Amino acid sequence: MSEHFLLRHRDIPGIDRLDVYRRHGGFETIKKVLTTMQPSQVLNEVKASGLRGRGGAGFPTGIKWSFLPDNLWPHYVVCNADESEPGTFKDREIMESNPFQFLEGLMIAAYAVQAKVAYVYLRGEFWQVANFLDEKITEMEAAGLLGDNLFGTQTSIRLYTHLGAGAYICGEETALLESLEGKLGQPRLRPPFPAVYGLYGKPTVVNNVETLTNLPPILEKGAAWYKSLGTEKSPGVKIFSLSGNVQRPGNYELPLGATFRELIYTHGGGLAEGRKVKAILPAGASSSIVSVDDDKVLDTPMDYESVAAIGSQLGSASVIVCDDTVNMAWLVEKTVNFFKHESCGKCTPCREGTFWMNRIAGRISSGKGTSADIDLLEDVARQIAGKCLCALGEFSVMAVQTGIAQFRSDFEEKVHSHTTERV
Amino acid sequence: MNQLLNHYSAEVQRILAKYPPEYKRSAVMPLLYLAQRAEGYVAKQALEDIAEIVEISTTEVSSIVGFYTLYYDQPAGRYRIQVCTDLPCALRGADRFLHELCERLGIEEGATTPDGLFTVEAVKCLAACHRAPMFQVQGDGDIAYHEDQTVELTLAWMDEVRARVAQEKEAK
Repeated sequence: MSEHFLLRHRDIPGIDRLDVYRRHGGFETIKKVLTTMQPSQVLNEVKASGLRGRGGAGFPTGIKWSFLPDNLWPHYVVCNADESEPGTFKDREIMESNPFQFLEGLMIAAYAVQAKVAYVYLRGEFWQVANFLDEKITEMEAAGLLGDNLFGTQTSIRLYTHLGAGAYICGEETALLESLEGKLGQPRLRPPFPAVYGLYGKPTVVNNVETLTNLPPILEKGAAWYKSLGTEKSPGVKIFSLSGNVQRPGNYELPLGATFRELIYTHGGGLAEGRKVKAILPAGASSSIVSVDDDKVLDTPMDYESVAAIGSQLGSASVIVCDDTVNMAWLVEKTVNFFKHESCGKCTPCREGTFWMNRIAGRISSGKGTSADIDLLEDVARQIAGKCLCALGEFSVMAVQTGIAQFRSDFEEKVHSHTTERV
Repeated sequence: MNQLLNHYSAEVQRILAKYPPEYKRSAVMPLLYLAQRAEGYVAKQALEDIAEIVEISTTEVSSIVGFYTLYYDQPAGRYRIQVCTDLPCALRGADRFLHELCERLGIEEGATTPDGLFTVEAVKCLAACHRAPMFQVQGDGDIAYHEDQTVELTLAWMDEVRARVAQEKEAK
């Protein structure tokens, strides 16, 4: 894409510096928003833009904001910067290289829902990113861009970072809120949703880093401009994190609806010489595996609807590419082991189910399993699906179920390699 | 006498100021990082100190240490080399990297080098899938990423650290 709207540092070197960011229009949007718009107008503009949450669920951002009741105060905005899905590394690049646009977006969200305080919850491993953001926040305070009476108005906004400490589950918004409250990162029962009962039991909006980074350009250029990008139901641009067996893995900002082929071959440089795409996980380790047995799959547009139509999910667009040397039983052991490690232990289907899937998948992958183990693995997955407190448990079975259904011969191969050896 | 409060008074206050006074408990995680800074693990006394500061029980503080992977209740090497071996990294040779690194160091995965400086372990996704093999180093109150690694690069970096630590010792 010629111009970046999110990864703007790729066009403007040094945009992580306050003076450079301001020279390129930085904080003009929040100034316009605070001095000329009502919170409801901001909300309506974002609603009209069709922006959908970039953390994975794809829920319309403006609608999410509109759920906050106006008779319960204070309101909070919490930014989900827990980026932990295997295959996702976009929020980190935004925060490291274009931090002010992200923070300006966070301020816009805070104003829209009339929150005076917003927290950025970063995964603990982003220790240096948090220190970097703290420096940026301090610079903004010194420049009068944060604090009280912003731009001569009655509006006050304060931003704080908060570090997690290594727990995938804290990307789930209610677990994140528990963690921010100083508790174990375990999901809450819903309803009530965070919009009504969030941080400290107060109405709270939880938005992803990339979602918030979209806000300054939307409020600057307008909803109609934003809708001119992407597809009708999935408007705008998206950062695709491309990883796995490709020549140039990395983040690529493209309009929603760009095809897998464009991402993998035009931007990602294709695969190693002589290799073919065997499978794609479009939403990281949580994906249903897309089997690329037919060239047409690569021409699927990457938007929420089209990826769903081929039986998978776009999620946070963490596209993991597997070439034809990858055995899917090996892959499933990797994903299951991840979820077993990250299960928070609160609900039984997930805690026990991932434990047993991990054992069985490990047995199969290491060549110590039997054909019956493949059926057993499928059976355990079936007993987890639809029975968990949060999405983690549901995610844990995606690769298992779609892997066995589409690549059973890979599992058989592992099982029979052992039988042959023994004979 | 609250040793943590005593030792890091200004930092404790700065942490507490981030949260509403009636929700002090939110400070438990930042305080645990503080407690872990000097020795690389949270000592028993620190659990009690934190419990007192945020007004919860020591058991509750301890459960936080147990739940989150970046807190430790046991000492290990001064630097924890934590290699991501999840799917995207594994597709780019992370398992082989970890195996070879341990082999060259002559230690098992999860073990510490004889000089007590480095513990090498496998961890879950670190959001650096495009720059695998990679690892983070946890130690001296910091977490730093090392990306696009080879075993040779890593060993060379470890030598640098050893030299620096030796110098520090001499200076003392």
